[in-house]
Amino acid sequence: MAKLRQIAFYGKGGIGKSTTSQNTLAALVELGQKILIVGCDPKADSTRLILNTKLQDTVLHLAAEAGSVEDLELADVMKIGYKGIKCTESGGPEPGVGCAGRGVITAINFLEENGAYDDVDYVSYDVLGDVVCGGFAMPIRENKAQEIYIVMSGEMMALYAANNIAKGILKYAHSGGVRLGGLICNERKTDKELELAEALAARLGCKLIHFVPRDNIVQHAELRRMTVLQYAPESQQAQEYRELARKIHENSGKGVIPTPITMEELEEMLIEFGIMKTEEQQLAELEAKEAVKAA
Amino acid sequence: MDGDFKADAERHRKLIEEVLAAYPDKAKKRRAKHLNVAEADENDSEGTACDVKSNVKSVPGVMTIRGCAYAGSKGVVWGPIKDMVHISHGPVGCGHYSWSQRRNYYIGKTGGDSFVTMQFTSDFQEKDIVFGGDKKLEKIIDEIQELFPLANGISVQSECPIGLIGDDIEAVSKKKAKEHNTTIVPVRCEGFRGVSQSLGHHIANDAIRDYVFDKKEIEWESTPYDVNLIGDYNIGGDAWSSRILLEEMGLRVIGAWSGDATLAEMERAPKAKLNLIHCYRSMNYICRHMEEKYSIPWVEYNFFGPTQIAKSLRAIAAHFDKTIVEKTEAVIAKYQGLVDAVIEKYKPRLQGKTVMLYVGGLRPRHVVNAYTDLGMEIAGTGYEFAHADDYQRTGHYVKEGTLIYDDVTGYELEKFVEGVRPDLVGSGIKEKYPIQKMGIPFRQMHSWDYSGPYHGYDGFAIFARDMDLAINNPVWSRFDAPWKKAA
Repeated sequence: MAKLRQIAFYGKGGIGKSTTSQNTLAALVELGQKILIVGCDPKADSTRLILNTKLQDTVLHLAAEAGSVEDLELADVMKIGYKGIKCTESGGPEPGVGCAGRGVITAINFLEENGAYDDVDYVSYDVLGDVVCGGFAMPIRENKAQEIYIVMSGEMMALYAANNIAKGILKYAHSGGVRLGGLICNERKTDKELELAEALAARLGCKLIHFVPRDNIVQHAELRRMTVLQYAPESQQAQEYRELARKIHENSGKGVIPTPITMEELEEMLIEFGIMKTEEQQLAELEAKEAVKAA
Repeated sequence: MDGDFKADAERHRKLIEEVLAAYPDKAKKRRAKHLNVAEADENDSEGTACDVKSNVKSVPGVMTIRGCAYAGSKGVVWGPIKDMVHISHGPVGCGHYSWSQRRNYYIGKTGGDSFVTMQFTSDFQEKDIVFGGDKKLEKIIDEIQELFPLANGISVQSECPIGLIGDDIEAVSKKKAKEHNTTIVPVRCEGFRGVSQSLGHHIANDAIRDYVFDKKEIEWESTPYDVNLIGDYNIGGDAWSSRILLEEMGLRVIGAWSGDATLAEMERAPKAKLNLIHCYRSMNYICRHMEEKYSIPWVEYNFFGPTQIAKSLRAIAAHFDKTIVEKTEAVIAKYQGLVDAVIEKYKPRLQGKTVMLYVGGLRPRHVVNAYTDLGMEIAGTGYEFAHADDYQRTGHYVKEGTLIYDDVTGYELEKFVEGVRPDLVGSGIKEKYPIQKMGIPFRQMHSWDYSGPYHGYDGFAIFARDMDLAINNPVWSRFDAPWKKAA
């Protein structure tokens, strides 16, 4: 068995982390890899497409029922999905109560200590969009994920988020071994999206691993609680995910320490690409509008 | 001490310099502001100026002797209220280690109608952190109602995690108070708040204001002599030996805060004519509130040692009519015999002995005259969690040249004691054994070393005996090993 590889998917909320990661992992199975998914989101939707159903038995809910995590067995919380992919979800409290971050830490420790990481080639963490506290940074810390893949798009907030996540990786890159694996651009059909993604990757000092084109087939598959690989294995989109999986697989050990940029630099870059307007431009537009009105 | 204050001042200044020399520059600069020597006060010929910085964060890395906000609320203010159940809300440690830490005496049937020496905790587990503890708190409140039907109320004392995970203890308290038709007081005294236990006192005072006052219709027949005894926690029975004097002078004590107190006493406090405040630091907040809202004046008093007792009794009496003033003189005269006997017996044994103090609240200044009444001298004193107004008041008690140390560190106190070599040190349990091992007599001045009371005339007799027991204990003559004695 090759050395265990641990990867994590981060990115702005709603960017398609769970969809991209599950499709990619389903393709990775085709490369003969044994995979464990650790969903780190109280919503527990990181394994839905692999299991073809929403996982009900999360680590934390079962632990709360049983009394504590010490009362749990690994078999209680690990389910087998599409082509043998092992699936777990940390789960957590409903919004507005308790401490979901502590829950993620507890769940990951439980899985590690109870041998969930034995006999797999890949552990993949799917982390809630906003890294709000230390708990959600758990997979970036020492001895967890070696490579982080940031899912992003050409939208401004997604770029902000990507740069912020790079800052988080940089912080832990010095104390642990975490590296930025690269960017994965989920196409939103914004202006100059590919160029912008490539430019940001260049500024962060990493690769744009893959540009995943937008295709409605992803939504069709998702409605049926399936990955594209399972729903339409012969489709062009399935090929795209296979390509992404291959690139990630080959990217082993090639992660980098990112060079995040300042807010000002990021804004300059966005202006350069015409995503954000300079003050002069805004002023000019305003004047033009008023001129039209006056006329 | 030979009464040569200037010489002492010089010696103490040198000592401060020596002690500070061990610190790195940054720590030295910060600590230097907390150490000083009492100087002549230009505005007050009677008193001195004890000018030190206080009530700021302790320097990281030192062994501070302070507590936390939870200690200030649960341990000091709320804990002694005997007919309420006080829940230590959070993991078990805070509740366990604060269990019966202060000797708050009370009359009542423990487990029946009184609960001071019992310990209630929500014993948080990991799942309570992750999923929140509000449901557990509800259950605990229900269980308390069932198991202890004579409890007149509940307070929820927040430990750190409650604030971190954002539990809504106010909502739970409100809901359950309505359901059980009882008083439930949520207290946001998370330990990480503030720089010492002092903020906990303030938060606890505010909780009384917000959740106890003006909540019920109180049927009460007032008299012109109704007073509240505030800031006496009845350590070893202190409040009882104080109350005797106030009652003898014709006053009616309608509430003792919070030693041996009931919820009803707190609720009716706004009916009093005068608030008498002993521990200014921990309860001035509620007195100021009562002054503002109910126009109740307050007066600070000091029942340590005959000089201060007589002075305080007269100051209190001055707020009332002639009959009270006359009775007060009779009370002072009545106890003069006791005072004379105590001083006659103990002064010759204690005369000229020097004392260093390091305590909290009011004691670093309030006990000074109890010692000087016995012929003793205060060489140094300091507070764990005082504010500027406490040091200002300290000047009324200590003489020029007295060493003053705020939020003293373990290292500093040890060095000061070594340098001064007083005849007695009065501080807490953590300081007791290192100092006794230095060959210096010691009395715990938080718990009265399991003795007391020390308040009032009766307390003074016990105080004098205890100091004598410590200082003149024959064990100190055997401190040096026989084979090391000079031939």
